[in-house]
This record gives sequence, C-alpha cells and structure tokens, in this order.
Amino acid sequence: MQRRDFLKLSAASALTAALPIGGAHAADAIELPMYYPVAVGGPIAKIMDGYAAAFHQANPDVRIRPIYTGSYQDTTIKALTALRGGGNSAPKMAVALAVDIFTYYDQNVLVAADDLAKGDKAWLDGFYPAFLANSRMADKTWSVPFQRSTPVLYWNKAAFKAAGLDPERAPADWNEMQDYARRLTRAHNAKSITDWGVQIPSSGFPYWLFQGLAIENGQARLASVDGTATHFDSPETIGALEYMVGLARKNGVMPSGIINWGTTPQDFFKGRCAMMWTTTGNLTNVRKHAPFPFGVGMLPKHKRYGAPTGGGNLYVFNNTTTEERAAALRFIRWVTAPEQAADWGMQTGYVATSPAAWNTGALKKYVAGFPQAAVARDQLQYAEPELSTHENQRVTKVFNDALEAALTGQKSSAAALHEAQSKADAILRRYRA
Amino acid sequence: MNGSRLLAVAMWLLAALWIMPLLFALWAAFHSFADATHFNPLAPLTLDNFVRAWNAAPFARYFLNTFLMVSMTLVAQLVIGSLAAYAFARYRFAGRNLLFSLILIQLLVMPNMLIVENYRTVAQLGLVDHLLAVGLPYFASAFGIFLLRQTFMSVPKALEEAARIEGAGPLAVLWHVYLPLARPVLVAYGLVSVSYHWNDFLWPLVVTNTPGSRVLTVGLQVFSTSDQGVDWSVISAAALMTSAPLLAAFLIFQRQFVQSFMRAGIR
Amino acid sequence: MAAIAPVLPRAKALYLGDHLVAWLLIAPALLLFVAFTLYPAAATLLQSLYSTPMAHRPAHFVGLAHFQQMLGDPVFRQVLGNNLLYAAGSIPASVALALLMALLVDARIPGRGFARMAFFTPTVLPLIAAANIWLFFYTPGYGLLDQLLHAFGFAGHNWLGTPSTALWAVTAVAVWKQAGFFMIFYLAALQQIPPSLREAAAVEGASRWHTFRRVVLPLLGPTTLFVLVNAVIGAFSLVDSLFVLTQGGPDNTSNLLLYYIFQNAFQFWDTGYAAALTVVLILILAAASLLQFLFVGRRTHYQ
Repeated sequence: MQRRDFLKLSAASALTAALPIGGAHAADAIELPMYYPVAVGGPIAKIMDGYAAAFHQANPDVRIRPIYTGSYQDTTIKALTALRGGGNSAPKMAVALAVDIFTYYDQNVLVAADDLAKGDKAWLDGFYPAFLANSRMADKTWSVPFQRSTPVLYWNKAAFKAAGLDPERAPADWNEMQDYARRLTRAHNAKSITDWGVQIPSSGFPYWLFQGLAIENGQARLASVDGTATHFDSPETIGALEYMVGLARKNGVMPSGIINWGTTPQDFFKGRCAMMWTTTGNLTNVRKHAPFPFGVGMLPKHKRYGAPTGGGNLYVFNNTTTEERAAALRFIRWVTAPEQAADWGMQTGYVATSPAAWNTGALKKYVAGFPQAAVARDQLQYAEPELSTHENQRVTKVFNDALEAALTGQKSSAAALHEAQSKADAILRRYRA
Repeated sequence: MNGSRLLAVAMWLLAALWIMPLLFALWAAFHSFADATHFNPLAPLTLDNFVRAWNAAPFARYFLNTFLMVSMTLVAQLVIGSLAAYAFARYRFAGRNLLFSLILIQLLVMPNMLIVENYRTVAQLGLVDHLLAVGLPYFASAFGIFLLRQTFMSVPKALEEAARIEGAGPLAVLWHVYLPLARPVLVAYGLVSVSYHWNDFLWPLVVTNTPGSRVLTVGLQVFSTSDQGVDWSVISAAALMTSAPLLAAFLIFQRQFVQSFMRAGIR
Repeated sequence: MAAIAPVLPRAKALYLGDHLVAWLLIAPALLLFVAFTLYPAAATLLQSLYSTPMAHRPAHFVGLAHFQQMLGDPVFRQVLGNNLLYAAGSIPASVALALLMALLVDARIPGRGFARMAFFTPTVLPLIAAANIWLFFYTPGYGLLDQLLHAFGFAGHNWLGTPSTALWAVTAVAVWKQAGFFMIFYLAALQQIPPSLREAAAVEGASRWHTFRRVVLPLLGPTTLFVLVNAVIGAFSLVDSLFVLTQGGPDNTSNLLLYYIFQNAFQFWDTGYAAALTVVLILILAAASLLQFLFVGRRTHYQ
C-alpha cells in the first residue's frame, strides 16, 4: 500500500470516529425518534414521513423522527436493544405489535397511555373496543391503537366465474370454502405447477391466521386475559388445526408444507391461488396490483364468525421527560384523530381505529366506491383479541413450532398442540400468582 | 484426448451451475416482476427496480457507512497489527509465546460469537448505534498479526541492523524496512479484511439501530423482510446493488487477488 | 573490572528498554483483545452461572441450572444435531469441491478465466444478498429451481418449507458460497508445486490419478488443514442466511446454534441461557480445532 493511500485512509478513519454519526441534533424543537415497522406492501415509509412533516408544520416545537426498523419483530428487538443499551438514539416512541404489551411491560420501559392522557377517558374510549382489548393489562391501557387489522378472505372473481361459481359470493362457511377450493384447484398434470384453490400462509407467524380458524371453531381466546395461561390444546383448537391441515394433506386444495406469507399476494396476482387469507392491511396493495376483479369477505364461519385483531399500537417509553411526554401525546392524538386515521386507512387498508374515523366524509366516499374496504370493519363485531402472554415471543414461538410441525406432517395436530401447551405452561408458571 | 475433453466439459458445467443463481438475479433485477419468472428473451429491460430499491431505503447512506466502516477497520487493523507483529517477530520479552498463543484464540472465538457481552461493553462505552462500534471489536486482528509476524520473521535481520546503525528507532525500522517488504501480504490481508467486513451482518445488526449508522448488509435485510409483499425483482436489484462494489473490484483485480494469495505464501 | 562495569548497566538498560518497547507495541492489540475477546469470553462463562436479570428480579447465582435446562431442552438437542449435520454436509462438500475447482482451473483448459470468476464470485457477495437470491431460487412454483425441475419433468417441491429439506437447502447455499473461497487457497498451493515433481512422476509412468493421490494431495496437506479449520469455524459462526431463508424453521429443523443464541439473547431476552449456549459453542469449536490439529496436522507434509 502506498504511503499516500495509507495517510488518506487514516484521515478518513479519524474523521469517521469524530463524526457524530447516529447522534441526534440539539435544536429548539423537541425531538421524538419513533421506531416503526412496515408489515404490508406499499410506500409506508413515505406516508410516515409525510405525517411527521405535516405534524411538524402544525406544531413547530415538536419534531417526530420516524425510523424504519424492518418487521414487527425486528422493531421490538431494536427498540428493546436500544432502550437497554442506553445511548442517544434510543427511541422515545415506537409502533409495535399490540400483543407485545407484556414484553415491553416486563422490561419496565413503558409509560401507560392512561397516564399520558391523564385520565381523559373520553378520548381513549373513542377507539373500537376490539382494538383496545389487546392494549389493556393490569387495569390500565398501555398503548394506543394505530395500524390495526384483521385477516380477511380475498377471492379472484374471474377465477370463480371460470370455475362456474358465483363471482359475487364469498364462501360463507368452512364447508363452502373447502368445496369452492376443490372446484378451483387445477392440477395441470401430476408433476407440474398446480393452481390452488386457497392459500392460508403459515410462514413466520402462522398463529395469527390460524387463530381465525380457532375462534370460528369456538375457542374465542388462545390465552387468558392476564397473559398467564394458554388454551393451546382445547378440543376446539385441535379441531381447527385438523381442518387447516386437512385442506392441504387430505383434500389437496392448498399447498402442503409451509406457505410463505410474503409471496402469497404475488401468488394470488399470478393466479396460482384463487383465494387467499391475509391481512386487510394488504388491501391497497392488492387493489393496485391484482389484474382481475377481486372480492373481499369475512373469514368463513363454522360455529361462529370470528377473526383475531392484529397490527400495531403506538407505545411511549419512559426515557422521556414530562415535556416530551406531552409532545408525544399531542402527536398520538393528532395521528389517530378521525381525519388522519381515515387517511391512513385509505392509503394502506388498515382498519381505521375509531367509529368517528369511519364517519368522516372522506372515508364514507371511499367505502361507497370501494366497498371491500369496509369488510374488516364489519368483521370487528366478531373479532377477538390476538394471542398475547408474558414472554410473548417465546410462547408464540412454541405455538408456531407446533403449527408448523402439524402442517408439515411431522406430528398429528393433537400431539403437537399438547406439547405446545405443556411447554407454554412451563414458561408461564412463574407469572402466576 | 478424451480425458481432457471430459475435464473441460466438467469445468464448464460446474462453472455454469455456479454462476446460475447470479445470472438469475441479474435477469430478475432488469425485468419487471411479471417477466422475471419467465425467460422470454424479448421481454423489455427496465431500470425501474433499481430506482425503486434506491428510493425505498437510504442506500446512499448505507454505502457511505459501509465504506467508512470498512476503511476505518482496515487502517486500524494494519496499524495495530503491524505494531504487534513486529514486537512478536523481533523482540524477546517475558511471556511472549504465551501472549501470542492467547491472541491466536481469537482465530477461534470471534467477536461475532460473543455478541451479548460485546454488546454490553459497547453500551457501557456509550457507542451503541455509532459506526465506530461496528468495527471496534475487530481492530485487533489475530489473523493479521499471525500473517504479519510470519512475514516479518522472514525478513533478513541484516536489513534491520543496517537501519539501526543509522540511528533508526523501532517505528522507523518498521515503516522503512519491514512494511515495504511485507507489501504483498498487506494487500492480501487487506482484501480479505475488506470483503469480510463489507459482508459482516450479525454484529452490525445487533449494535446499530438507525439508518444513521446502518451498513449495507443490515440495510438489505431490513429492506427485504418478508412481512412486506416481496417483489423479487426489486429485492434482486437491491441485493445486486449491495454487492456491486465488491463484485466490480474483484472482477477488475482478479489477477492481483489470486497472485497476492500466492505470494503471501499461505502454506 | 572497570572495563566491564560501565558495559553491564548499559546492556541492562537496553534490555529493559527493549521490554518496554515491545510491550508498548503490543499494548493496543492486547487491550482490544482483552476487551473484545478475553473479557467477554470470561464474562459469558460467568453469566452462564447466573439467572437472567428481569425487571422485577435481579440476577442471582444458579450454578449449573442453565446447563441442566439445556440438557432437557429438546430444541437445544435439535439445534445441536442440526449444526453437526450442517457441518458434516457443508465442510466435506466445500473442501472437495474447492479442490476439484482448483484442479480444473489449474489444468489449463480454455475458459478457465471465466470459470475461476464463476467459482469465486459467490464469495464476494454478502451472505445476506446471496440468501435473498437463493430465496427467490427456492420459491415453490415459479422459483428457478422448480422451473428447471418442471422443464425436466420432475415435480416441484417446497424446499424451504419442508422439514426434511430445509436444512439441506441452507447447506447448499453455504457450499455455493464457500467453495470458491477455498479454491483460491488450493490454487495458490497447486501453483507452488514444482512442475519437476509432476514431470518426474509422469516419467516413471504414473497415471494422472496416481500422481494426484501420491504426489499432489500430500503436498496440499497444510492447505487442507487451513481450509478445514476455516470451514469448521464457518459452519458454527455463519448464520446470516437463516435470517432470510427459514428463520430456523419449520419447527426448528433448520435452526443452528448461533441463531438459537441470537433468538434467546435478543428475542426472548433470556441472556443467562444465551450465555450458557455460547459456552457450549466455544467448547465445540475448541474441541474441533484441537481434533483437527492432532489428527490432520500429523498427516500433513511440510516442504
């Protein structure tokens, strides 16, 4: 290496060490770094930045700094890592899974939404109760619903028509879904690509979509309200898993093995599956890319209609000063206000979180022209809280592992779920009084 | 001769097999997703995927961070490594062999594996989410010290003595006598270090949180998490973008790369 | 006497000065080494003997409890088994292919420049980028692998989503990435074998294969040792692809030790257990290296 190059490199490295890379600027405005994930298709980052800018314009003394941190899981990992490590880039707010409430609480990093709002009950009660269910624990509301969703069933109207089915009618119950799927499944020949009737993704976090089936089979909650007990191996849960496994392995209307969450919308667009279960948060993405007319329906019922709620809430962390908390509250109230909530819902497909939002002129007009957008909202009356416990990551993983084992034929549904239940018991034992 | 022809065919087949995934990625990156999965040679090319990938995440920042981090790490490794290797090669002092064996432990137990504790150390130093933290654990490189010591030991002592007689101190001897003679090894080591740190993922993942200090590998993973509806064309474009500098450097400097390994005399 | 006396103190001063200089030269390396290898290793060992600190319960001494937990943890057994399988699959394959590639490239066949590039290119790709490309490759239905299979009349397969193939799919990516890197070392070693040796064998009527087995291979011993050590370390320390391809699933069938450590440390926040797992990882690597030096090292032939 030439001396000159060496010196040049040394200068560069000295500069690097001196540059305040990653540090926050001290300005007059209160700075609130906010970690957020992107879990659905679309230019979410741009939208977030747009909100931050709009809020700053209306409130020049506060600057929200949205920081994209990957998936929901990545976001929580990063937030907790940063909060535990200290340092000037620890976030003051985050958008994270509503069900991670126990995770954050157990790490002692939260400021309760109740405390933030200083008991302004009217504001907090303005949200749909189904969404607040996962936000409460120990008699307090800890976070504020923001990008919430339920899974819905999307169907390919053109494919229905071609198969002789009524294109305007979604399957209403389990039997119909299985039957429709059978008529829609097209095996070109024994060895080549099959077009499937239905796809229920099972990669990453199979528990969420599965929970829809469990609720429909009568198991309303997979865990107790205080997050210390699970119902993984009740007969209803086992029955739901047997149905799901049966779709692939017995009836051959769904691909066997693990179905990838991320590629399922692409599969849908390409006609590889005629029906798909996925979050309503993908609605705008589907609308933009589906080359055929499509319908959106509630998840088919069995003993009852049902769907888990899902998605993320806004959390505020306790590394904030009083002024910062007041500023955070102002932002949260603004971004969840009916106008913004409606806008967010329209741009993504997430369910606007309050009845007031659905009553805004913008959203009413949107629904009139695109009725699929209201399906998830109408399903809310049948929605139940998503699985959420202490040590949520670990317990959820145990459950996911069991679902994966059953879906890939490694274990029977009953055996896998019994095992998951005893593992979960072992983990949660110390949280019981 | 039949034998040669067989060998030739074997080589070409193997090479084709090996390059196929990359060619596939190239194809996907330059075509829209609809065309990416069918191999119609008449399908239109597009740069749209690269544009979308570039705009979807602050890749410019990631490039800058990665470049700075890799340079900073290499410089530190060369400086610290040369000093230590010189001491091990030419000085006799108590505990020399023990210390050298201890340092060799790092060949086995890389900072990558001790992520939890190293993270704690970095946090105590207040360096979480700072670019310096990404390189710091690697600044003392056992591999580098090992290589350089071996090289230094093969330098004729007469050269050093000559310089000493002229009044040169240890640093001057190092700079004027040893380093110039070790140039091929320095280059070889530099190449290994750059490609290792450019591609490092787990440690930067753990120690950085925000785009301000994020490097390309972490940026790519954050960008392509499968919670989003994956668009393979865009992800292929992003993957190629993050690899492009190293790839280009290798393609241009292929010869030097191989030759430097030979000269480094890794036996 | 008087002549010697003034020499002695000066020699002593030189000796001490040398010591000081040597220690100063090593100091930065030593400091960093202690801070980022020695201390963390010791701290990890210590931490594995304490419970995980929680918000409402600080850490307390639990002795070997984490290790007991490990023995009873079916996921740990599975992860360990996977890692051994993964090592058993990727290491011989990478090394053998690397040797093959080096021999082919060295045999002066036309097109060897292109071949060398093709073999080495995967190495310069970040594993994350490579894994994303292979994820596309493995996608059921319209991924390249399935398309190729269909073209030849075979059925497609969900490579990453099936327990029996997930680990091998990950192994294939590792071999693809590593072989070219090891090839370079073999190539350098091959080109240092004096042609006179090979000519001498040819003159004596030895077949190509015989020459290879009796002359070339033993001379490649040191290189093989070096490559093996690297491969073993890599098999236990490179888990980047799991983040992209399978996240350790389905049902932990492709989970590897370092990834499991990451999950326990940064997803479950069970730092005590993660520390215990790390201790096991280090022990495995130490044992593997020792075995290699004893076993293979004995048989290598140094020129």
